[in-house]
Amino acid sequence: MRPRFELLEPALIDRIVDEALQLLMEPGIKVEEPEAVALLRGAGAVIDGDRARIPEAAVRRALDTVPRQFSLYNRAGVEAVRYGSGNVHFDPGSSGVSVLDPETLEARHSQAADLQRIVRVADSLGSYDAVSTSVVCHDIPTEIGDLYRLFVCLMNSGKPIVTGAFSPRGSGIMLDLLAIDAGGHAALAEKPRAVFDVCPSPPLTWSEFACRNIIDLGRAHVPSEMVSMPLAGVAAPITLVACIVQHAAECLAGIVLNQLAQPGAPIVWGGAPAIVDMRTGSTPMGAIETAMIDAGYAAVGKSLGLPTHAYLGATDSKVIDAQAGLETGMTALVGALAGIDMISGAGMLDFLLAQSPEKLVIDAEAIGMAQRLLRGISTPQTTLATGSFAAAGLEGRFLELPETRALFKHEQFLPTKIIDRTSRRAWLDAGGLDAFGRARVRVDELVARPVSAPDPEIAAALAECVRSAGAPFGLSADGVLPGV
Amino acid sequence: MHEELFEAMRQSVIDGDTAAASSLAEQVLATGVPPIDAIDLGFVPGLSHVGKLFGEGELFLPDMMLAARAMQKALAILEPELKRLATARVVVGRVVMGTVKGDIHEIGKNLVGMMLATSGFEVTDLGVDVAPERFVEAAREHNADIVGVSALLTTTMAGQRTVVEALAAAGLRPQTRVIVGGAPASAAWAAEIGADGYSEDAIGAVALARQLMGAA
Repeated sequence: MRPRFELLEPALIDRIVDEALQLLMEPGIKVEEPEAVALLRGAGAVIDGDRARIPEAAVRRALDTVPRQFSLYNRAGVEAVRYGSGNVHFDPGSSGVSVLDPETLEARHSQAADLQRIVRVADSLGSYDAVSTSVVCHDIPTEIGDLYRLFVCLMNSGKPIVTGAFSPRGSGIMLDLLAIDAGGHAALAEKPRAVFDVCPSPPLTWSEFACRNIIDLGRAHVPSEMVSMPLAGVAAPITLVACIVQHAAECLAGIVLNQLAQPGAPIVWGGAPAIVDMRTGSTPMGAIETAMIDAGYAAVGKSLGLPTHAYLGATDSKVIDAQAGLETGMTALVGALAGIDMISGAGMLDFLLAQSPEKLVIDAEAIGMAQRLLRGISTPQTTLATGSFAAAGLEGRFLELPETRALFKHEQFLPTKIIDRTSRRAWLDAGGLDAFGRARVRVDELVARPVSAPDPEIAAALAECVRSAGAPFGLSADGVLPGV
Repeated sequence: MHEELFEAMRQSVIDGDTAAASSLAEQVLATGVPPIDAIDLGFVPGLSHVGKLFGEGELFLPDMMLAARAMQKALAILEPELKRLATARVVVGRVVMGTVKGDIHEIGKNLVGMMLATSGFEVTDLGVDVAPERFVEAAREHNADIVGVSALLTTTMAGQRTVVEALAAAGLRPQTRVIVGGAPASAAWAAEIGADGYSEDAIGAVALARQLMGAA
């Protein structure tokens, strides 16, 4: 039995969908892009200025064509992530603007070399099913920031990639980069390696850029992942259930747009909502209520047969401390038990502003434990216990039974040395380090491993594409490309 | 010259494959390979390999236990032939060991016992919940060089001191050494109760015992 966590009664899910459909008509959705408006009008929406009132029939048609499952592939073309399969996947959080300096504990502006370090760490850890464009590279011209991040991922990892574009132009070149990696645009459409995050704006708004993205990605048959982010009490009503309704309305509108552009295009019911802290006005990602909104909307998405995503496993702490550990572990567990297909957020601190490779290696242990929980309690032997006692007798030397060795790795998640289970003496002998200290050592070990680099011809073609895209914006035509 | 056979022996211990180890030992008897070579060049390096990887965190307690057990089975088969050839392995030392009275935990003790037995020590395991008098009696009976006293609980570790005292009262100290082990024990505790040593784990216990025997 797979452990599941349910926050919403089926009847409440129906009410949520019903109210979301009502919101699509009244007040309607703000749509800021002409082609999107035209598509919606063609599908029967009533257009009133920049407001589109989308009828239920259009939504139902779109839901009929959305794939219930789709896969992301690794560099070798092997299926590595299956959205909608019931398996829970994890990837590092995206688009931090700084990294936690492990020496000074300051958050400093992230650069391409930082992204490279993060990607290599995520690439080497089995807990991460995908890498992500985890931080902005401040040493790269802004105009090519989005595609450069993807380039760093492609050069340093063979795993699927969770990414996103900063501009319509960027998204076009990013698709070119992915096509180079895949061996052509047709190969890319058949075996996508990346999913693109697309963010509606709360409340109930699809900006020009977001519309453009979700239409273009659909037409290219590239998977898109909606990251809807109701902020409870500020950019959304205060109640958790209302945030779930708003999330549903924003995502349903996105699905309509996406499926109008290309019926059958893969798209994910995702998000990064948060409550708003009423003392500070901040949007805590580590709050339990934030995780509850996620688990709630994921249940709604699943009821509609859609692949799901959420932002969990992050913390609002500025350093890697007890708050970081408890917020990360608790929210990752909620997401895992909610059966969310892709959970982003690992490695992130400070309201998703900062990334940390050290946190990434610690979070990998929390993810390992969460995945272990999801495997549940199994019955790998013919008897539950009597057979073991028949073998060991009352003397009970179970440690010497072959079954013990054969089964313990299945029964137990084996943490790395990040999780200290040694005696005090052994711990002191190993330097008496806390989890952060141990993580610093481990990051150095992981980045010293051989890089999962593409074939030299592919690498050269990727670099050429990036140089030519970057030339108008000051990227040197023959200089060193940082982070690769 | 018997490298393939020795390699198979190493592997049988590494795999914890008791059946394979036993059959290889039988093969030694049948083919006239010197049993002492089989032990020193075949089985022992296998166990050392497992011990090393265990120390590095690459292998786990069940691997150690099964490896030691496979080795034990092979030794039992070779032992009579060793005796017959009068080439019995040099006994590094005689050890009497047990878990203190009131304590029935034995995993650590069993592991230490197996590791010592497979490292050239003659081991008499008294089991669990062993009274101090029984330690004294057995130490005398087996002419023990070392008495190993295990305790897992903070409430029973005081029993380790009692064993040291009982051995002293019986006139067996200091010639009979006492080593202590178990979660609450420590080098400081060993010193406090007048024992001769403490080890964190089974591999360390073998090193400690060898050192006490002057065989380091």
